[in-house]
Amino acid sequence: MDSLLGRYRNLTILVGILFLQVLGLAVQVKRGSGEDTRLIRIWAVGAITPFERGLVWIQTSSSNLWHNYFYLRGVRAENRQLRQQIEDMRLQDVRLSEDAAQARRLQALLEFKEQFISKTVAAQVIGSSGSDLSRVVYIDKGENAGIKRDMAVITAEGIVGKVLTAYPAVSQVLLISDQSSGVGAMLEKSRLQGVLRGTPNGEVVLERVMADEQVQVGETVLTSGGDQIFPKGLPVGRVTRVGTGRDLFLSIKVKSAADLSRLEEVLVVVEKQEQQPVAEDNVHIRAADILAQRLPTVPDKTTDASSASTTNGANHAGSANPATPSAQVPKSASKSETEATAANSASAGTAAPAGQLKGNVAQTPAKNGTAHPVPTTAVVVESGATNPGASIKPTTQSKPAKASPPPPNPQPPTDDGGPH
Amino acid sequence: MTAAPTSVPITYTSGEQVEVYRFSVPVTIGIPLLALFIQAFVPLRFPTFAAYFDLPLLVTIFFAMARRNPISGLFTGALIGLAQDMLGHNKIGLYGIAKTVVGYGASSLGVKLDVENAGARFLVTLAFYLVHSAVYFIVARGLVRMTQQWSWRYGILAGLGNALLGVLIYYGLDRFKQRT
Repeated sequence: MDSLLGRYRNLTILVGILFLQVLGLAVQVKRGSGEDTRLIRIWAVGAITPFERGLVWIQTSSSNLWHNYFYLRGVRAENRQLRQQIEDMRLQDVRLSEDAAQARRLQALLEFKEQFISKTVAAQVIGSSGSDLSRVVYIDKGENAGIKRDMAVITAEGIVGKVLTAYPAVSQVLLISDQSSGVGAMLEKSRLQGVLRGTPNGEVVLERVMADEQVQVGETVLTSGGDQIFPKGLPVGRVTRVGTGRDLFLSIKVKSAADLSRLEEVLVVVEKQEQQPVAEDNVHIRAADILAQRLPTVPDKTTDASSASTTNGANHAGSANPATPSAQVPKSASKSETEATAANSASAGTAAPAGQLKGNVAQTPAKNGTAHPVPTTAVVVESGATNPGASIKPTTQSKPAKASPPPPNPQPPTDDGGPH
Repeated sequence: MTAAPTSVPITYTSGEQVEVYRFSVPVTIGIPLLALFIQAFVPLRFPTFAAYFDLPLLVTIFFAMARRNPISGLFTGALIGLAQDMLGHNKIGLYGIAKTVVGYGASSLGVKLDVENAGARFLVTLAFYLVHSAVYFIVARGLVRMTQQWSWRYGILAGLGNALLGVLIYYGLDRFKQRT
């Protein structure tokens, strides 16, 4: 026996090592969860990620140096373009906020509860698994930054994945394109719900939508909130192909909104709030207020003059006809917008996320047009609390500011002694 | 006048000496770690890299062929493979098993074949890439029940890419060889 083992020593050791590994695999499959291998995974991650973090830091620093000091060509033109974009978005925002306010009123009536993103942690992607068969990335924030397993990871464009394992200084994020991933998703227009899964070749498909349903190519896919990880209404991607799948279900291929192959910075949703939407203007509007809105008023000359002197891109239409009261509107509207945003950030309720998501994500819900964490930028003037009608006035006045003809029944701002 | 490389026999007879190499400890630890690091970092900038190239596999084949010791080869493969498993989220052991087989095979082949010339290295790497993919596929499907797709076209294309890259990398790693 000894001579036999000695003769086939190499083969015996090979079989022994393979057997041990197969045994280890079998134990992992049996137990299911990945918690039992956490310690040895930490060793590998701890050996590799410090180098990755260092390299990313060097890369980011040199890139910042280039962008901040040398690459200033075209900044003015870009600035001008962005300003124009801001003006356009402000006008769009007024319309969306009106829709959102209406949605909140309805949800408050129905006593709906929603999840809102209340706190996020920005993180940088520092590494990947290095394998096409395991679509995970590593981010440079971990348990020390409050990150835990199953937290949602997003970008301004859309969802990225969820935290699979949180180590002290880094976290492993499972991308939505991995075949073991699953996200509750729905189609924006048809509101059909399904499960978003990754495929072995890295594509993203929406499953569990019945074959007799109509799904259009190009339709936006949003999170449904059914997975209890991603809040409802976050953008997922767009439908690129609709085919017949297995078992009476459609096979819907989705192009993810976030570029999963070139991730750099992500946001981890560390806190969500579940609350009932608060309708802001749920006070009844008096008939006198409605009547006052419809009646023409004599514009205040002093306000009119100052508004004409501070003409900006948004009030060009109004300034074309300074004699009409519409010239006053943009000034008060833009002022009240700024104030309203600040006021709403302070208020309990929907605006809380906006302040903490710092720009990127704050816009995301607005793009959706859904009622989910829509940052309330409803145009509420300072006197809105005492005058119920005031909350709608700037909205109704701001819209004509974009259009060239003056409104038929313009209305001056409430704080300049308008009729009540 | 030294003999031209083409005159080197491809197979060794029992009477011929087989050159066995060893490596310093920093190289033994550092090169596999560097391969793992590059494998994990480069896909962030070049997403298709991970789909086609497997640097830890190339390093496994190189060390196994140079040492020409099956025991050392299989342990090298097992350790590199397990480390690669730990960076992913799949079960630990999938790459471990595949690279153990490759390490054993490459070192056993290194005893019998001349694996010092570029042509032999290219073919050996291509063959072991396919062996590695096949073992991974079988274990992943049979033991872990992962959804896997086998594609000969993709396998051969990736194998050729790895073989080409391997020949270049082996040429650079040859500098770290030490004669026993």
